[in-house]
Amino acid sequence: MAKSVTNFSGNGVSDWLIQRVSAVVLAVYLVVVAGWALFSSGGFDNWHGFMMSMPMKVFSILAVLSLVGHSWIGIWAISTDYIKHTVVRLAFQVAVVLALLVYMIWALTIFWG
Amino acid sequence: MMLNVQVYRYNPEENREPYMRDYQVNTEGKDLMVLDVLNLIKQQDPTLVYRRSCREGVCGSDGLNINGKNGLACITPLSEVVAAGESLVIRPLMGLPIIRDLVVDMTQFYTQYEKIKPYLINETPAPAIERLQSPEDRDKLDGLYECILCACCSTSCPSFWWNPDKFVGPAGLLQAYRFLADSRDTAQRERLAGLEDPFSVFRCHGIMNCVNVCPKGLNPTKAIGHIRNMLLTAAS
Repeated sequence: MAKSVTNFSGNGVSDWLIQRVSAVVLAVYLVVVAGWALFSSGGFDNWHGFMMSMPMKVFSILAVLSLVGHSWIGIWAISTDYIKHTVVRLAFQVAVVLALLVYMIWALTIFWG
Repeated sequence: MMLNVQVYRYNPEENREPYMRDYQVNTEGKDLMVLDVLNLIKQQDPTLVYRRSCREGVCGSDGLNINGKNGLACITPLSEVVAAGESLVIRPLMGLPIIRDLVVDMTQFYTQYEKIKPYLINETPAPAIERLQSPEDRDKLDGLYECILCACCSTSCPSFWWNPDKFVGPAGLLQAYRFLADSRDTAQRERLAGLEDPFSVFRCHGIMNCVNVCPKGLNPTKAIGHIRNMLLTAAS
């Protein structure tokens, strides 16, 4: 059994499930937001009202968390394939994880702040 | 009828780098097997090295990359791989270290095979004659036990190229499922526990190169899907 300290959950089954569930969440979120953009009357106030409604706040936070998990798992897999130098790979993985955490905190402050 | 054949050559004692060498082979208009062509080249140039044994697709010794696709030289006819007027290009299986010419070092492949414990585990007292299986349970092993370990599948899999030390690979996983599916085996939980990490099974992204090249017509991707489902069931 091969372990990894930079892996998202440390377990292949959990990663696989999270990857699929987060993909569904993001796909539905995309449809909802695109649907609003296509069929609403537009304008910043309408957009702000729509995005700051409680259901969209919760859905947006869920989408951001899904994006973070999905990206972490995906980029970790790609980097373990292609970056063979251990120090370079670890530095890249840590940088990506830190960036994702920054995006997550930033998004949380927008929707929850 | 002359066929141009390009063969990968590398002798670490003489060559600094591998190179492709051209040979002209007289096929006499016959639809020869690729192994026959190699044997004719061997008559011209005895320094060429390759593996072969049964010459009928049973032993799995002569797995090669033939015009870009892995297969067994002994059961691959020229008509299947070379269009009229084109060259035949023969390289060793990809992703494994080259020992010489078309012979690869299979250690990584066998190490992964060993990992999945390719033998029946049953700690219960052995019956007087044999451990019986119902015909239905026996049917579950069809499409799994036929693997001859030629390594054509694993060496056509990019996930195995990148992580041959961590990803079990399609051949090993096909055999892993062969024992997971065996009604006589009692170590299912331990077997699954050894496969749940992010590499062993989950490096398979389902691109199905393994299915495309398997000379025995087996489907490792399907077996990997079954293992994934078993892991998911066991974990939930």
